[in-house]
Amino acid sequence: MTQNSKPFLSVEALTVNFPTSDGIVHATENLTYTLERGKTLGIVGESGSGKSVSSSAILGLHHYNNAVVSGQIWLDGIDLLQLSDKEMRLKRGKDVAMIFQDPLSALHPYYRVGDQIAEAYRAHNRVTKRAARARTIEMLARVGIPQPDRRVDDYPHQFSGGMRQRVMIAMALINDPTLLIADEPTTALDVTVQAQILDLLQDLQREFDTALIMITHDLGVIAEVADDVLVMYAGRAVEYGTARALLTKPSMPYTWGLIQSVPDVTASVDKPLRPIPGSPPSLVNPPSGCAFFGRCEFSERVAGNRCAHELPKLLPIELGHSKRCHLEDTSIMYSDSAEAGVL
Amino acid sequence: MIAFAVRRTLIGIVMLLAMVLVVFVLFFAAGNPAKDVCGKFCTPEKLKQVTKVYGYDQPISQQFGLFMKGLVVGRDYPVNDAYRAALEKSNPDLVIHCAAPCLGYSQHDASTVNADIVKYAPVTISLALYSFILWIFFGVLFGVIAAVFKGKLLDRITVGVTLVVYALPTFFIGTFLLQFVAIKWRLVPYPTYVSIADGGVAGWFSSLLLPSLTLALFYMAAYVRITRAFVLESLSEDYIRTARAKGLRTRVVLFRHGLRAALTPLISLAGLDFAALLGGAVITESVFNYQGLGLLAVTSARNSDLPVLIGLVIVAGAAVIAMNIIVDVLYAYVDPRVRLR
Ligand SMILES: Nc1ncnc2c1ncn2[C@@H]1O[C@H](COP(=O)(O)OP(=O)(O)O)[C@@H](O)[C@H]1O
Ligand SMILES: [Mg+2]
Repeated sequence: MTQNSKPFLSVEALTVNFPTSDGIVHATENLTYTLERGKTLGIVGESGSGKSVSSSAILGLHHYNNAVVSGQIWLDGIDLLQLSDKEMRLKRGKDVAMIFQDPLSALHPYYRVGDQIAEAYRAHNRVTKRAARARTIEMLARVGIPQPDRRVDDYPHQFSGGMRQRVMIAMALINDPTLLIADEPTTALDVTVQAQILDLLQDLQREFDTALIMITHDLGVIAEVADDVLVMYAGRAVEYGTARALLTKPSMPYTWGLIQSVPDVTASVDKPLRPIPGSPPSLVNPPSGCAFFGRCEFSERVAGNRCAHELPKLLPIELGHSKRCHLEDTSIMYSDSAEAGVL
Repeated sequence: MIAFAVRRTLIGIVMLLAMVLVVFVLFFAAGNPAKDVCGKFCTPEKLKQVTKVYGYDQPISQQFGLFMKGLVVGRDYPVNDAYRAALEKSNPDLVIHCAAPCLGYSQHDASTVNADIVKYAPVTISLALYSFILWIFFGVLFGVIAAVFKGKLLDRITVGVTLVVYALPTFFIGTFLLQFVAIKWRLVPYPTYVSIADGGVAGWFSSLLLPSLTLALFYMAAYVRITRAFVLESLSEDYIRTARAKGLRTRVVLFRHGLRAALTPLISLAGLDFAALLGGAVITESVFNYQGLGLLAVTSARNSDLPVLIGLVIVAGAAVIAMNIIVDVLYAYVDPRVRLR
């Protein structure tokens, strides 16, 4: 990261609330992170932790009639949250693009994939249909779809899951966006296909010097692609730092738990798998203390029952590594358990 | 597509035949049709004669065979061959030829069932078409508006009004329109059916306004709510998020991506509702005294005119079966995922 100029993407104190009849859903609270071009930020967390909600806010996908978004999202020197609807629409799909978890439902079942991709191109470029089609076929070839000039006229249901996700990637990258958000792009796919899609994304990222936000709940994906990692829990960042620091020295018990719950194929079979017991708190009436309190096996180690009453701040513990946790001596996590890290 | 349509048509014909069999057996096995024909002042001798002349003395399988023959190649009445041959000589005018597809002969109306149906069908078809266009146009329009303005005043008013209309019985709406709009306020002339042949398209069109509106209002209310639900469902789909993420205009997202998917399921509903109306709209036809198939059915039932009732059931069934095939073909046409096999 350069010291003097602002980072390429800087999300500052991003908060997204959904007022509902049951109360206000605090889906994202005070989220701050940065990302440079050509780099990858991995966002991990259990389902419902606010990964999609916070990332959708960058594209301005929330409706102001059901969501309240505050904070700042600086992209290349512009605060996206200050843009008018029209200005934001012109950035969507052009400067910032997104691909989604389930490519079958994310593609319109009634339109040919070529038309859907070309539509994204023509929304931002004044070109003829013929030119858009040529560019679409070129893009399909680039994402590795065989016989692109024929498949361009097929419907989404005629593709396999992996090929469909390639179609989504082609659609997202057709306008050379500078920021790409991939929301669990491999979760719905077979393991072998997952690796291919990740490779493709990384290739394309290098080629176009794209900033990439990779949302996942799979630490294996993180280990493979991320430069930085943000761990989210109940709408908040609970640990943030370089991938190396986080994966080798996880410092917040939740991150630690996530790493512990990864099945390790190289380990002997009798090594117990340790899923995190319990479930996350409600986002409607979040607890006043640490959101992980109750599931955390180390909260008694913190004096004065602070975990129950006082929300920890996200504080740096070393250069490029911060955590939201009262526990000071993290070494006890390691001594309690057998071994640390997936690296 | 063509192979599919042909195959479905053949299956449809088989279904229709099965239906004819069931209806035929039910109607003829249950009562004594000869008694109905013979009338109030029936003597045993007369009953015996009627039974013979109209072929009711034949076993039911044979009667059914004759009926089927009539459907396929036509037949002549009276049924009894010897009697008909004698009549041919003495009084040829009384021998009636019923061309295929012959649905039977109504003693009561002294005409073939086909002639009866041809006489009453135009009103019913006109009513069905007219109200179909009204209810589809306004139902879908208001349904889309309600969905787009979900939760806003416009949505609430639309939903509230449709709920009230939906709850009102058709005879009430019809009587109200007739009593107030036509008779008291004289906004339109008193409605009597005018065929295109008699009054031209304009005359036909205005003569059908009130009864069609009566019939359409109920469906309109239902379709507003159905359309609203389908559009809301479609707008919450992932592909809508994708469309927005591409940077498309709200209008394009709504119309090209949202509505296209929402309106597809309406095709099958609309097709079947329309087909059902082709069997006759009893209440509306009664309120306005429009001589349609619904009224014909009521009258025939009152007169125990079995042949007409059988004919009506067959016509209504054929309409439903045919519309099913049309709907399936249409569906495959609009939804690329549907493969016709
Ligand atoms: N439109 C909405 N209205 C109310 N709650 C919502 C809405 N969208 C998302 N949420 C809630 O926000 C929380 C975070 O969701 P999400 O970001 O999708 O989680 P994930 O980390 O699995 O991507 C969830 O509890 C979800 O129920
Ligand atoms: Mg998600």
